[in-house]
Amino acid sequence: MSSEVTVRIPTILRTYTGGAAEVSVDPTSVDGGPVLAGVINALDADHPGIKARILDDGGALRRFVNIYVGDEDVRFAGGLETPTPGGSQISVIPAVAGG
Amino acid sequence: MTTVADAPTPRAEASPTYDFGPATGLVCRECGAVYDLGAAYACMECFGPLEVSYDFGTVTREQIEAGPSSLWRYSALLPVSAGSVDEPNLAPGWTRLIHAHNLAEELGIQTLWIKDDSGNPTHSFKDRVVAVAQSAARRLDLGTLSCASTGNLAHAVAAAAARGGMKSVVIIPHDLEDGKTVTTATYGGKLLAVEGNYDDVNRLCGELIGDPLTEDWGFVNVNLRPYYAEGSKTVGYEIAEQLGWRLPKQVVIPVASGALLTKVDKAWRELIELGLVEDTEYKVFGAQAVGCSPVEQAFKAGHDVVRPVKPNTIAKSLAIGNPADGPYALDVVRRTLGSIGAVDDDAVVDGIRQLARTEGVFAETAGGVVIATLKQLIASGELDPNEETVILNTGDGLKTLDAVIGQVGPTATIQAHVEDVRKALA
Repeated sequence: MSSEVTVRIPTILRTYTGGAAEVSVDPTSVDGGPVLAGVINALDADHPGIKARILDDGGALRRFVNIYVGDEDVRFAGGLETPTPGGSQISVIPAVAGG
Repeated sequence: MTTVADAPTPRAEASPTYDFGPATGLVCRECGAVYDLGAAYACMECFGPLEVSYDFGTVTREQIEAGPSSLWRYSALLPVSAGSVDEPNLAPGWTRLIHAHNLAEELGIQTLWIKDDSGNPTHSFKDRVVAVAQSAARRLDLGTLSCASTGNLAHAVAAAAARGGMKSVVIIPHDLEDGKTVTTATYGGKLLAVEGNYDDVNRLCGELIGDPLTEDWGFVNVNLRPYYAEGSKTVGYEIAEQLGWRLPKQVVIPVASGALLTKVDKAWRELIELGLVEDTEYKVFGAQAVGCSPVEQAFKAGHDVVRPVKPNTIAKSLAIGNPADGPYALDVVRRTLGSIGAVDDDAVVDGIRQLARTEGVFAETAGGVVIATLKQLIASGELDPNEETVILNTGDGLKTLDAVIGQVGPTATIQAHVEDVRKALA
């Protein structure tokens, strides 16, 4: 089975993806393997600079970025170590408050 | 402060033929990057939330007092054009500030005021934020008002769109109270109930931004959020003006996203800076339900970040498990030496009933959270009963009848005979 995953890109990061709202990457093609960290590394390999927008200088998920693997908020799962099996749908979304 | 030179232009730019009054731009609250006014809400550098910046010039008490009996009296302090007042809108605000003698006596507080925002057109404080967002939508030529909502905002958006001759698409969790869904649906816009909780709905709206489907949508609390949030400042302005242009010593505010709490504080700091009130110290207190208390937990643990939770409380209007303004609410509470309390659902119901019984104010569950938290803070010694205190009621109890159904009802069911009345009341 392919280890490729699909990532939805928010509007403010689409300058890195040539305007694409959704891209596919293979997290096993880079360091990190089939977990979220690998997905982000693979994204950065294909779209240089995007990682620095998602992670802070310490390598942690930025405070106002939410990432979902399927329907699960990775902050409730394993964070950057959340498994991303082949076929996973991943969404990167700016955090907004509600009401 | 850095200026983002290489950032892509926000999709919907402010039209040069329109104006946002005293607003001058959008500033990232995290890194200070600055942007033009537009339908942008997150920093392209760090994802931080964007906030409106201003050049107020001179604003006087007399100028405000001469304005209409609605939030438009504060137009000079909001990101709205001077003409917004004359566009079709719900004209919310200027709600009652009730001197709560009876409740104060029962709780042993010297001076207690209730800012009762259930008196707004759709019976919650959300009419305020929607009015400002609707004005921004018009400036940006966005013809459909939309939102992710825990209920009160849904009601406010649907009504404002109807009044303003705009379309609406309101997105809510499927399990809200009838008082919020039926009311919203009656205005005739589109209402989508999502099989998930509020945080799922919020995520969906985040994903919809940038989809061609939503090209002319103004999500009031997503892509119009910088403007929307400023509407909450008017609660703070009104409290100060209604007290005779001064600030109270203590205020207790319900916390969902945390935006209302931070904006009341922002309003008071602006009034101080503009010389409209004396610079007196005040403490800001937050109120949450135990079933969804991520900000209270962070406060008690001494954390700067708010760890998300899965909500489980009858106070559904406060059931935001991942509150993006939580860190800023923590900053305000800590800076002003306030505190944050959390109360269980039984205490919330008791709070609703106590407020109704003592002051004739029927609050929704969020109001019950505030009353119960007020009592908790007095008991713990964190809130001083000898200092003037204002509490916020943000919504109407008619919207959350389920909270009290089964707890209250007729004293007796009788035949239409005088003797039966005598027996029932004996």
